[in-house]
Amino acid sequence: MALKTEPFILNIGPVHPSTHGVFRMRATLDGEVIVDIEPVFGYLHRGIEKLAEERTYTGVIPLTDRLDYLASMSNNLAYVLAVEKLAGIPVPERAEYIRVIMAELQRIASHLVAVGSFLNDCGAYFTPFLYMFREREKIVDLFEMVSGQRLLYNYMRAGGVSHDIPYEFLPALDKFIRQMPSFIDEYDRLLSENEILLARAKGVGILPKELAINISASGPVLRASGVRWDIRKADPYSIYDRFEFDIPTGIAGDCYDRYRVRVQEMRQSLRIIKQAMEQIPLGEVSGKVPHLVRPAVGEAYAHIEAPKGELGFYLVSDDSIAPYRCHIRAPSLINLTALREMMVGWKIQDAIIIFGSIDITMGEVDR
Amino acid sequence: MKFERYGKGIAKGLTVTIRHLLRHPVTSQYPEQRLNVSRRIRGNELIWDKTRCTGCATCARTCPQGCIEIITSVSTEENKYIVDKFEVDTGYCISCGLCVEACPYEALFMGYAFERAKYRRGELVQTNEMLLASPERQPSGYMHPEIAAQLPKQTLLLEKITEEE
Amino acid sequence: MAIVNLGLNIPNRLQTLPPDWPGGFWWHWLIFTVIIIAFVLLLVMGYIYIERRGMGRMQARIGPNRAGPFGLLQPIADAIKILLKEDIIPTKADKIVHWLAPVIAFTPALMIFAVVPFQDGALLADLNIGILYVVAVSSVSTVGIFMAGWGSNNKYSLLGAMRQIAAVVSYEIPVVLAIASVVLIAGSLSLNQIVLAQDIPFILLQPLGFLLFFIAGCAEINRSPFDLMEADSELVAGFHTEYSGMKFAMFYLAEYAEALVISAIITTLFLSGWRGPLLPPWLWFVLKVIAVFFVMVWTRTTLPRVRIDQLMALAWKFLLPLALINLFITGIEILTLPATSPWVMIPVNFAIMAVLILLWSKFFKLGWGRVEV
Repeated sequence: MALKTEPFILNIGPVHPSTHGVFRMRATLDGEVIVDIEPVFGYLHRGIEKLAEERTYTGVIPLTDRLDYLASMSNNLAYVLAVEKLAGIPVPERAEYIRVIMAELQRIASHLVAVGSFLNDCGAYFTPFLYMFREREKIVDLFEMVSGQRLLYNYMRAGGVSHDIPYEFLPALDKFIRQMPSFIDEYDRLLSENEILLARAKGVGILPKELAINISASGPVLRASGVRWDIRKADPYSIYDRFEFDIPTGIAGDCYDRYRVRVQEMRQSLRIIKQAMEQIPLGEVSGKVPHLVRPAVGEAYAHIEAPKGELGFYLVSDDSIAPYRCHIRAPSLINLTALREMMVGWKIQDAIIIFGSIDITMGEVDR
Repeated sequence: MKFERYGKGIAKGLTVTIRHLLRHPVTSQYPEQRLNVSRRIRGNELIWDKTRCTGCATCARTCPQGCIEIITSVSTEENKYIVDKFEVDTGYCISCGLCVEACPYEALFMGYAFERAKYRRGELVQTNEMLLASPERQPSGYMHPEIAAQLPKQTLLLEKITEEE
Repeated sequence: MAIVNLGLNIPNRLQTLPPDWPGGFWWHWLIFTVIIIAFVLLLVMGYIYIERRGMGRMQARIGPNRAGPFGLLQPIADAIKILLKEDIIPTKADKIVHWLAPVIAFTPALMIFAVVPFQDGALLADLNIGILYVVAVSSVSTVGIFMAGWGSNNKYSLLGAMRQIAAVVSYEIPVVLAIASVVLIAGSLSLNQIVLAQDIPFILLQPLGFLLFFIAGCAEINRSPFDLMEADSELVAGFHTEYSGMKFAMFYLAEYAEALVISAIITTLFLSGWRGPLLPPWLWFVLKVIAVFFVMVWTRTTLPRVRIDQLMALAWKFLLPLALINLFITGIEILTLPATSPWVMIPVNFAIMAVLILLWSKFFKLGWGRVEV
């Protein structure tokens, strides 16, 4: 005689047990297995795209800081690239090199948080989280030296960066680059071969290659599914075509591959920074830009490889000092499209891990 | 035959953790030990130099939040503006520093301190004389290299860590 | 120390007295009850302190250090905070069951210490079925957990309690089999005799047994890496969701008291209890217990959590067959090679353990990927 069971709805509420922001999932469970999942977000909507229409082009930069608040430099970079494309502003060489160094440092910092919270969700009781944050503290100290703030930098401007790096920045950065590879190796030794982690994360939450391409996923989520697509190589912006680096790709598209891809990307970022530091010239850091930028009528779209994926800004100008429309292509939101396919069929404990491995920041998803 | 999953990964992880037991922790005991902040810190307050300010209100126009309010009156004898009221609502301020960058006469500075919490929201609004520089309100070197050269060097975690590698 | 020795010499004389002598027997019982309660409570507080400071140092930070010098009064501060909290009982809960559950979950931990030797002959009761009593009493706390889940009138608590019972029952069997191997070598069920038989600590003669007992013991008391009942990223918050105030503190204490129990049993069975040179025996006992707990803290800091089906798979498919094989091999060794010097048997046993673990890990799948339930 079969038992009569019926599925029940469990609300994984906006106040989240794992550390990823206010995101609500309504999961339909059959016993322990997830049958259906419905994401509900919008709890962090602040109206950034509308606010951007009321501020000058330079005044939007502090707003873009607050999109993906863990990777602020990358947001700034994407926006100023769009403004420069729209208004046709040239950028001096030294500014380009500084931008690349900042963007890659920011990528390392963001991946440290992503890996740390993923391992924390797996259950290692804050140990890898704290180790990663110790390294992130070093990076954030460097950013504080340059721009004055630790999280929301407001550093890039249309036509360059806001002011030059201080003289003690490059020696400190050199020290950091020498120390960091051994720390990454140590964190690899801590958990990358751990049998329990392999059992929990390998084969779990698979995103097949065709599905990843169909939903226009980007960033480590796409690369872990086996697609070699990196905007720095496919559509190079700034001066990325002068550096040589590899693109780590995964094979299976499960949580373990996403974690490994992020760790390998950190190593490649260190490589890029080293090359940029050797090649950086002296000179100006900001082009001749009027105080209030007033581009001609037109539209422009600029995209970069942010740590979370492809971050794009679409700007429409109508010959005034404020943008007419600013639309943000947020990578976390687009990567979340396949959440249902990734989660159905797994258990609740796996759902937390899968959600952590996509690595979203709610500031981007809700804008 | 190749053996895997027999516990080697767990053993490796355990060695990493036990080595950390012997290292110095990286915590600094605030408020007894304070670290030096950056020379260019964009602290939680704004400092105004009354002698250099001409009341052009470029800063008020540049501020993305609109938290600077300037009321001026014309002085006919000297043919310039007199600033009657210069008010900053620090509750709205996001410490972006665009006002400091925009001022053509370099009359604005960001503050050096960050411990500026108040008990009432009304106390966050600062006017005229409250905004001047004083021994308690030091300016920071953001956009002002001459001040940055005199401030102490920032404590970096890179230099604090003295572990053998 | 003189007082303690005086107190502990009395039982040696009293062991020969009939138990119905009013003065002697009741004094013995009273002294030991006080000693056991003081020992458990003090050491549980010490455990909380060691865990928080030790885990903090391993995570490159300082643990709590503001409450008292070096943070030594932190457990007391926690206890006072919990005592001041309001005791909330759900409306439709079964009041008696809800009230009794923490008591039943905590008391067996105290009762087990009645047969653990602190010194030669220094036990509350030298039962000649000592270890069997331990196994029986430790299962009573499971009833307390089930009562907590049932009496909360909350379907998630009930789910968590059922999961916990399934886990505890599954891990009892490797524990008992590991104990059986030790008993075969020692020749007696009484814990005092087991310690006295350990001229060489049994961890060297039974390495596989030690490993099995440690893993299964950690799983029984819900310590990491098996702490999925009470972890933050588990949405079903476990059987103690509806408890607050001192009742919650009892569950919290019960968790550490069970950790103390497992450490004490491991010390007695595998690490030769109170035996050691120089220092007084009870100090050796305390040091070894703390050392075992330190290993538990170490594994908690490092290892991630297993999933519930992986937990059950580990018990039934990995630990149980290994425990059976271990018992089998121990029996064969005792029957066929009783007179061989133990120093020869130690490397033989280690080699057998290495071979078994390697072979078994090859054939065992810890729920890789998709598992049909």
